[in-house]
Amino acid sequence: MHNQTLVQISNSLKNKEYSSVELTQHFIRRIEKLDAKLNSLITINSDLALQRAAEADRQLAKGEANPLCGVPYIHKDIFCTQGIRTSCASRMLHDFIAPYDATVTERLNRCGMVMLAKSNMDEFAMGSSNETSFYGPTLNPWNLERVPGGSSGGSAAAVAARLAPFATGTDTGGSIRQPASLCGVTGLKPTYGRVSRYGMVAFASSMDQAGPMTQTAEDAALVLEAMAGFDDKDSTSLDTPCPAFSADLGASIKGMRIGIPQEFLAQGLDPLVAERLQQAIKIYESMGAVIKEISLENSPLAVPVYYVVACAESSSNLARYDGVRYGYRCQDAKDLQDLYRRTRSEGFGQEVKRRILMGTYVLSAGYYDAYYLKAQKVRQLISQDFAAAFQEVDLILGPTTPTPAFKVGEKMEDPVTMYLNDIYTIPANLAGLPAISLPMGFVNQLPVGLQLVANHLQEALMLNAAYQYQQQTDWHQQMPAEFK
Amino acid sequence: MILDPEQLYKIANLAKLEIAEDTVQPLVEDLSRILSMVEQLNGVETEAVWPMAHPLNATQRLRQDRVTEPDKRTELQSIAPAVEDALYLVPKVIE
Repeated sequence: MHNQTLVQISNSLKNKEYSSVELTQHFIRRIEKLDAKLNSLITINSDLALQRAAEADRQLAKGEANPLCGVPYIHKDIFCTQGIRTSCASRMLHDFIAPYDATVTERLNRCGMVMLAKSNMDEFAMGSSNETSFYGPTLNPWNLERVPGGSSGGSAAAVAARLAPFATGTDTGGSIRQPASLCGVTGLKPTYGRVSRYGMVAFASSMDQAGPMTQTAEDAALVLEAMAGFDDKDSTSLDTPCPAFSADLGASIKGMRIGIPQEFLAQGLDPLVAERLQQAIKIYESMGAVIKEISLENSPLAVPVYYVVACAESSSNLARYDGVRYGYRCQDAKDLQDLYRRTRSEGFGQEVKRRILMGTYVLSAGYYDAYYLKAQKVRQLISQDFAAAFQEVDLILGPTTPTPAFKVGEKMEDPVTMYLNDIYTIPANLAGLPAISLPMGFVNQLPVGLQLVANHLQEALMLNAAYQYQQQTDWHQQMPAEFK
Repeated sequence: MILDPEQLYKIANLAKLEIAEDTVQPLVEDLSRILSMVEQLNGVETEAVWPMAHPLNATQRLRQDRVTEPDKRTELQSIAPAVEDALYLVPKVIE
């Protein structure tokens, strides 16, 4: 059952080949047997999952269930789940049990989906390797000495190891797409505002966006239909109708104009990743797409812009953790200042503190114009480059990451080297564009991903291009040997 | 170094974080390295560019000024570290 895609599982449930309870038990057994190797999960939710599966079976028996009804999934531990801990992989929220559900949680529940567990991640989603988690690093199922990427590394590793057919992720600078690339799964970041941020622990609110991590683009399209849509509770939610994202799959991409940004082929791109990319481009050409060279001139500045904007926003967002209303509180505070300082110093890990300090600095008096305002201006230029490119092309194609997965510990010493991992993913976040990472082959037995970026609200077109690629290739069907 | 220890203590105070003595030097170095990467932005001409406020140029949605949320004080305070008579407790501020 675990090697089936979500769409196959959905059909099997509908055709009564097995029940949701049987399916859920199967995945729970896999989790119990295999997750010790990966550490991809923080909280396992077996009892409640089985109850939910039994409810789903009753719905399925009536024959009018949603296609996602009874399908198990893993939820990134950044989404609030009423009655179940939401830790955000931080000591600060180690005992935090949200009194309400995130909108994404509620929507998936309403479809009858079965939450198996909550996945490991970088603390407060700040990281590209899952090494900043309070619960210890997640390992890559393709090679247990290597990182799965981050921050949705637990979700990516769990889908790659077939512990669930689908996991949620969030992406502020690449946190869905980069781990999807390094773990060989499909990961989609929607247009900013497509999926509600309500009940999703905030990191950088102008870029945070939730999306699905699955085996295939077809699966991602189906799940996105459930996740996306206007939500009154999120002030930046887009009040725009969502098309049926899976309806366009299969339309011919003959004549589709695909741009290859020259800037994405430079800057430390591993030559073997570049080779895989050339093969992927050939496949698109063979399907009738028109390949064009384009330029995103300011995109090499995306990383510095991001570390100003994201740190600034996170220093403001994380000011709420003060030991007063919820979360960790230090012992025996001698006064209010001491309570704040020690709560935050003991509750946050090193990377989170580093980013709060960086954000505080760029927003502080005398530096605001030089750093923050400057970064928001360059962000505008990066966004304008995309707007100009989308006058000429329908879709942009490039690598998701410059290299395959690196070794645990390899990049922890130097934050700047770690940050450069997200050099190809960050531009889409700065511009609020939808993007997807798809497996495009292997480099030294490690998966690598190709990235498609579409114009605002063009998820359906992008998903179809992704689906077409997966009809021509079988990289997305490969499974790590130890987890077959 | 772009940042010195004195500036680090100043921003740590603003951010309500304590800096252990043995982490001062590594933090000064890390933050300086990040800031020197950020200095690349100085080379870009942005005189005529309007800073980005929203990726889709959307403006904040407004709503009617009326009560929509039910009272959830009990649930919300049940997860607080210290509460008494529906008040959040903190160390004494005024003698």
